[in-house]
Order: sequence, then C-alpha cells, then structure tokens
Amino acid sequence: MTLFDKMMTLDRRWIFLFLAVVCFITYYGKFQIPIPVNSEVRSVYNKIESLPEGSIVFLGIDYDPSSQAELHPMTYAIMEHCFRRKLGVLTAALSQNGPGMAEQVFMDVVDSMKLPREYNGVEYPARDIVKGVDYVFLGYKPYFSLIILGMGQNFRIPFPADYYGTPLDSIPMMQGVNNYDQVAFVCDLTSGNIADAWISYGQSRFNFDMALGLTGVMAADYYPFLNSGQLIGIMGGLFGAAQYEQLADNAGLAKDGMRVQVFAHLVIILFIIIANVGFFMSRRKQGN
Amino acid sequence: MKQQLPIALVFIFGLFMVFQYFVPHETSEEAYEFLLDWIVIIGIFALGLGIWSLIKVNWDKIAEARRNNTREWFYPCVTMAGLLMIIIPGFYGTKDGVSGFYFLSSEGLQNSFFRQLFNYIIVPAQSTMFALLAFYIASAAYRAFRARNILSTLLLGAALIVMLRFNPYIGPLSPIFADMANWLLNVPNLAAKRAIVIGIGLGVVATAMKVVLGIERGYMGKG
Repeated sequence: MTLFDKMMTLDRRWIFLFLAVVCFITYYGKFQIPIPVNSEVRSVYNKIESLPEGSIVFLGIDYDPSSQAELHPMTYAIMEHCFRRKLGVLTAALSQNGPGMAEQVFMDVVDSMKLPREYNGVEYPARDIVKGVDYVFLGYKPYFSLIILGMGQNFRIPFPADYYGTPLDSIPMMQGVNNYDQVAFVCDLTSGNIADAWISYGQSRFNFDMALGLTGVMAADYYPFLNSGQLIGIMGGLFGAAQYEQLADNAGLAKDGMRVQVFAHLVIILFIIIANVGFFMSRRKQGN
Repeated sequence: MKQQLPIALVFIFGLFMVFQYFVPHETSEEAYEFLLDWIVIIGIFALGLGIWSLIKVNWDKIAEARRNNTREWFYPCVTMAGLLMIIIPGFYGTKDGVSGFYFLSSEGLQNSFFRQLFNYIIVPAQSTMFALLAFYIASAAYRAFRARNILSTLLLGAALIVMLRFNPYIGPLSPIFADMANWLLNVPNLAAKRAIVIGIGLGVVATAMKVVLGIERGYMGKG
C-alpha cells in the first residue's frame, strides 16, 4: 500500500483521537474568537431591543437535552436579554424533556439577574426576578400542533394552570393576556418539526412576529420562511447563539463552544484535504 | 357499515375543518375549540395505549427469555425499571406539608428525586449520544467528500465554504467565505428549499382531499 492509498484509508480511530484531542485543548484554552454577526440574528436582537418595557415575549423551549449544546446558550442569552429589558417572559415546552431544560435556564438566569451587570455600555442594576410577575412557565402538553392552535384562542384552553399548578387567572403577569394578540414577539427554540407547526398553525394563522432558534443542520431548511417574511430572524446552531451573545454583550456558553467548533471544523477540513490529495495522487499514478 | 361510517365521519369533519378555517364566526370558533378538546382526549388515550404496549412488549420478552432460559431478559427489565423510576417519583410530592402520591395535580414534578433523575441521567445520556455524532460526522466527511466528479466537487466546495464561513483564522478570506456562504444559503439553497416546500404543500393538499373524499383509506388499515 502506497502513502497515497494510506492517506485515503486512514483508520477512523485516528480521526476520532485527533478530533478529541483538539476539542479537549480548545475547550480548556481560554481565548476568544471574533464572531461576525449576520442580519438574520441581528433582526432577532433588534426586535427584542425595540420592545417597550412590560411587553410579553413568548419563548418556546421545544428541545431535549440532545440539542442543549446548541440551543441552551440561545435560551440563556435571550431570556437574560428580556429580563434586563424588563420584558415579561411567557414560556411553554412542547417537547417531552423541555420542562427540565426550561427550569435549568430559569434557575440560572434568575440567579444571574441578582447581580448588577454592564452590557453594551449600559448599567443594569440587580433585579429579583419573580415567578408569575416577570415570567410564567406554562409547562408541557403533548400534541404540539393542537397546543399552538389552542393558545391562539386562549392560553387557558391548553394550560388552565402553569407548570407549578397555579391557575393562570391568578397569575399577575397573565392578567389581560389571553392569546397571541397580547404577545409582542414569539421566539421558538427547537430541534424538531415543532418549528413547522409554529409556522403553519401559529404564525400563518395568527400573524404574529416570530423568529426561530434552530440547530445548525436545520437552519438552511427555514430560509424560505425568512425570505417570505413569515420569520423575522433565524438563529442557526451554536454560531447563531454566539452571534446573539455577541450582540447582547453577554459572552456565555456559545462563545466558549465556538472555540471548539471552529477548530473541530478545521480538523475535519484537514482530513478532507488529506483524503482528496491521496485520491488525486493515486488516480494520477494509475493514469500513468 | 364498518367501511361507510369512518369514511362519512372523515368527510364531514374534514369539510367542517376547511369551512371553519375560512369562517371566523363565534359559533364556528366554539365548535372548533370543542373539536380540539376531543383531539386532545383521543390523544391521551393513545398515550395510555403506548405505555400499555411498551409494558406488554417488554413483559412478553421477559417471559419468553425465562421460558427459553436465555439472558434476553436484561434489557427489557432495564426498560421497565426506567419507566417505573420516572413514573412513580413523578407522582410523589408534598402538598401543604403532606407527602404522598398526587395523581391529579403537579406536585410530583417538584420531587427532588424526579428532578435529579432528569438532570443527572437523562440530560447527560442524551447529550452524550448527540455529542458522539461529531466524531461520526468527521469520519463520514473524510470518506464521503471526495472530488470524484463535478457534482461531488460542488458538494465538497459548498461544505467547505459553509464550514469556513465563521472561521477567523483564514485571514482576508474570512469575509469572502462569509459572503459566499450567505449567497449559498440565500440563493441556491432558498430556491431548492422553496421548490420542495411548495411541492410538499401541494402534496399535502392533494392527500388531504383524497382522504376527505374517501379515495385514500390507509387510515383504516387498508391500502
């Protein structure tokens, strides 16, 4: 076997080992990489930035732990942005493991809000975030298409009480909030076909401003809806989350993760180049 | 009758749903809400059926393994144990200082054991499974992305551009790759996806009409 043949038929365990070493080193190396921001993410940030204090933002936490690496950082960044801007956050989870994901975010962001911070040169004092006043978590219900349709009639139809058993009518933030008409912006963070249901049964039928936070592999599928105006923005994968963190001046999990992702991609490209050099050279040799 | 009744029901309710969508009258909205409730109720029975089916399949496997004296009982036992470990703590909680099983309210969701099962078993297990994909993707990319012909070269080029679009270590090429990736996503990708979405949409309408008119009867268990 020649060198070029070997370049084409490397044992995959070498690839696994090399990638693991690179991921390990870059994860623990504390350096930041610059994040260019694109218009799809900027429009999501601008939308939240433009909302008047007290507006309601609906966040759909529709993902499971399998996609938390990409979607959790988005949820953290958006939720903290909303709380700093004094917007009410209404949340539901339409995937089975979504409530666990949502509770983790609430717990951490509520703690983070207890400290004063400065973002983009603006001082934000410490704030106590109160359940039922600053946010409401509706919880999980199966059959997401029906729940999306039901919430369009009244949030109380699919969710008579919140996740903790408090009737919606007795929650201060829900006074006068009946359906999507009282919600200023909907952002669904999802790793599955719930995004399609949100577009078909939610945005198309009730005509609210909406954006999606998606895993990297899904993002390309939803560009037609961005172009048609049904979505005002898309955040795709860890890169989308890192862009949001960049805009919100709140570096977190995504910017950390981008370090690993950039170098992991370089490793993959290196192996693709090795394979192609081997392929071309061995083909040329055969031709001769 | 066994044939005609389901077809008649599908026809009536199918037409009603189409009619309702275009008539936002109060009565139509009320009927629509009523039907939504019915769908949820039917769905909950389906959920119960799913759990029953899971228990039955695994129970049968355990029984068969015992009959044949094999060790095939292990994984079904793990599945059953997992099911019970999530369900039982999910109903056990404390209300007004009284601990116990609460089947009609959500106290069990605050049970610390239930939460720890989620945070320390489900979250790491699912995340790990997904994280392993990165390694398989690297290996698959190494084997699949070969410039064998024009089409595979185009695929390879597109993949490289999209992967390098946010890479800051390629110097002056970085903004060029970012622009090229944006063009790829917003022009060829958009054109192809739009065609697919429109095709799927028309297909869904055609299939729905076939179901409503009784031409497509696959839902009755026959082709």
